Amino acid sequence: MRQIAFYGKGGIGKSTTSQNTLAQLATKFGQRIMIVGCDPKADSTRLILNTKAQNSVLELAAELGSVEDLELEDVLQTGFGDIINVECGGPEPGVGCAGRGIITAINFLEQEGAYQDLDFVSYDVLGDVVCGGFAMPIREGKAQEIYIVCSGEMMAMYAANNIARGILKYATSGGVRLGGLICNSRNTDREDELIMELARRLNTQMIHFVPRDNIVQHAELRRMTVAQYNPTHQQAKEYETLAEKILNNKMLTIPTPISMEELEELLMEFGIIEDEEAAIKKLQASGQ
Amino acid sequence: MSKDDLNIKDNTSLFKEERYVQQRENKKQFEAPCSEQETAEALAYSKSAEYMEKNFSRQNVVINPHKACQPLGSVMAALGFEKTLPFVHGSQGCNAYFRSHLSRHFKEPTPSVSTSMTEDAAVFGGMNNLIDGLENSVALYKPEMVAICTTCMAEVIGDDLNSFIGNARIKGVISEEYPVAFCNTPSFVGSHITGYDAMIKGILSYLYTRSGIESKPGSGAESGEKLNVLLGFEPYTGNFAELRKILAAFDTKYTILGDHSGNYDSPATGEYEYYYGGTKLEDVPQAANALGTLSLQKYTLKKTQEYISGTWKQQISALSTPLGIKGTDKLLETISELTGLPVPASLTEERGRVVDALMDSHPYLHGKRVALVGDPDLLIGLIGFCLETGMEPVHIVCSNGDVDYNEVKFKDEAVALLAASPYGSEATVHVGKDLWHMRSLLLNDTVDLAIGSSHLKFAAKDADVPLIRVGFPVFDRHHMHRYPIIGYQGTLNLLSLIVNTILQQLDDNNSGFNFELVR
Repeated sequence: MRQIAFYGKGGIGKSTTSQNTLAQLATKFGQRIMIVGCDPKADSTRLILNTKAQNSVLELAAELGSVEDLELEDVLQTGFGDIINVECGGPEPGVGCAGRGIITAINFLEQEGAYQDLDFVSYDVLGDVVCGGFAMPIREGKAQEIYIVCSGEMMAMYAANNIARGILKYATSGGVRLGGLICNSRNTDREDELIMELARRLNTQMIHFVPRDNIVQHAELRRMTVAQYNPTHQQAKEYETLAEKILNNKMLTIPTPISMEELEELLMEFGIIEDEEAAIKKLQASGQ
Repeated sequence: MSKDDLNIKDNTSLFKEERYVQQRENKKQFEAPCSEQETAEALAYSKSAEYMEKNFSRQNVVINPHKACQPLGSVMAALGFEKTLPFVHGSQGCNAYFRSHLSRHFKEPTPSVSTSMTEDAAVFGGMNNLIDGLENSVALYKPEMVAICTTCMAEVIGDDLNSFIGNARIKGVISEEYPVAFCNTPSFVGSHITGYDAMIKGILSYLYTRSGIESKPGSGAESGEKLNVLLGFEPYTGNFAELRKILAAFDTKYTILGDHSGNYDSPATGEYEYYYGGTKLEDVPQAANALGTLSLQKYTLKKTQEYISGTWKQQISALSTPLGIKGTDKLLETISELTGLPVPASLTEERGRVVDALMDSHPYLHGKRVALVGDPDLLIGLIGFCLETGMEPVHIVCSNGDVDYNEVKFKDEAVALLAASPYGSEATVHVGKDLWHMRSLLLNDTVDLAIGSSHLKFAAKDADVPLIRVGFPVFDRHHMHRYPIIGYQGTLNLLSLIVNTILQQLDDNNSGFNFELVR
């Protein structure tokens, strides 16, 4: 059984990319998969289940009084491609501790033996690694491969670098490795080159460049993955390619995060941001 | 200094002096207290049946639960291994609580260190505290192994012990091969018995895995003939001695996995050492090749038992605390089954003597109504003991009783045990209830005796019921833990304790004409 995790900046398309890819992995490559949503918003499995939002472990636990009162069948749901889904859930915004919620929920799944007869367990983790709880999926004995979803936008790259830093903390003493960057295209300038260069500096690869296509939105509005909504579409092929690359991925590395200065230089090199002199010249040229 | 200067009054007589009485009176004007009448009315109401009903429908508050937090059990478990330093990843206050709680019970020091987490560590994570702590404590106290458990703060912020320990090795504060076992012990679930179990499992699995030994139960020179014995969260050092006596009588070889009796019964020689006795670290991996494992606290040791039968593939016999004649019979049968050795004649003779003693006291015990409080395994033992002596358990409270073994819940086993005897017909088992519930029970459905820890003394006093101190913690009586309560000898000890309390009551409550010489 392989355990993988998707991390990335909030809103970058982690859940969309991971569900679309895992749907391909299940249907085209016959893999038995479980998705563990690690986001208090509990929206990591809606495209697989074709539902609004799944009842989460913590939501049900709160109803019953404690996690110990829960049964596995209450929280596991099977969806498209026979993928098993579970959402950890968490508190309402502004209260409690979402990180501890992730720990509680994952411990519950382990204790109850949810991880049986599977080829892949995939954790979908919110935003940056903000605290110890959100690093739970990359502890020893859990996800060994991390995929960072990013784009050519500066803040997405910044987040990717931060996540690499988080992984490094655990990689030196344990088995967790970076599997690659997935570029979820935002159609920015020289995006593929830029992410490939970032990947090189982080000692990893850009495992796939997922082009932007509106079909993803159309499918998502119908609470579906492209694999289900329009399996013959070119975009489905893209996700299939990514699934295949993950399935056969041999490049698992310890990341080498870069400094903020280095990241800014990189962006200048690729003309995403300008250095001060160039900016002043530009302003002068435009007669201001 | 004259002899008069040494006449120091105890606090009872001191605070009865006029000046202290006056001082208390004067303070009242600042306290805005209720009138004496109101206080008396509220107290009377708290003893009523109406209040009891309200008390039992209480949902959102717990008052005096009879349990302690997980790492307290982990500290005790760690002290069961040779030269092992309990290491609490959390605040100093948590560690101080475990140390004082255990020391108040055993009247012995509890060497245990903490990572001294403060607000900084809560924000930035406790890794630096853990690494510095390891470096300092290994240098200062020179343990042969460190056993780390966590507190709630470390659990809430999600500190990952495994990677922290790994990073401590990379940083070089401890060597690659220096043994550090660990377990996660969040106290928002479970109790001290859960934490005991977690640490024993943590130590056994850690030492076994790092040894590289492949378990082959019943094989290997020496170890293949041995029996593994686990006592669990054991508040009686005397029980270790009693069990050793029994195993020696069988003439079987054995390894006690988790023996804190050395640390909690160390001699005063003028020299203090940090570590006394305990299971030898090199015996732990060998224990995987033993012929079988005997567990004396099946509800406490759930995860450890699963580990031993699952990973070590070992035959396991799990009992609850072997109290009373039947309980001890079962223990001896089990040892006999596991080892293939007959029950020794010396123990059969001892049994006869204790049965004789039970018969001597029976007229005073028969029909006595009792209330019981304790950990699940102890309660199973105590219920069995009461039933065989003709005492009638009435109220049984187990705050940490939401546990099961082999798919049978503690409550169901207790209820079945009570149902099998006419003496159990009036009993109710209250799982998850606390000592404030017990107070209502004692006041509204009276009993003759209460059996439980020191924490029960307040409810027992309110209800004017004598308390027999059994279990953990016993803070207010000395040396009880040095005398066994398990085995035939333990049965005799428990019997003397109970019957002599009853006889004392007869003398104390005499009506003037029945202050007898012979009882």
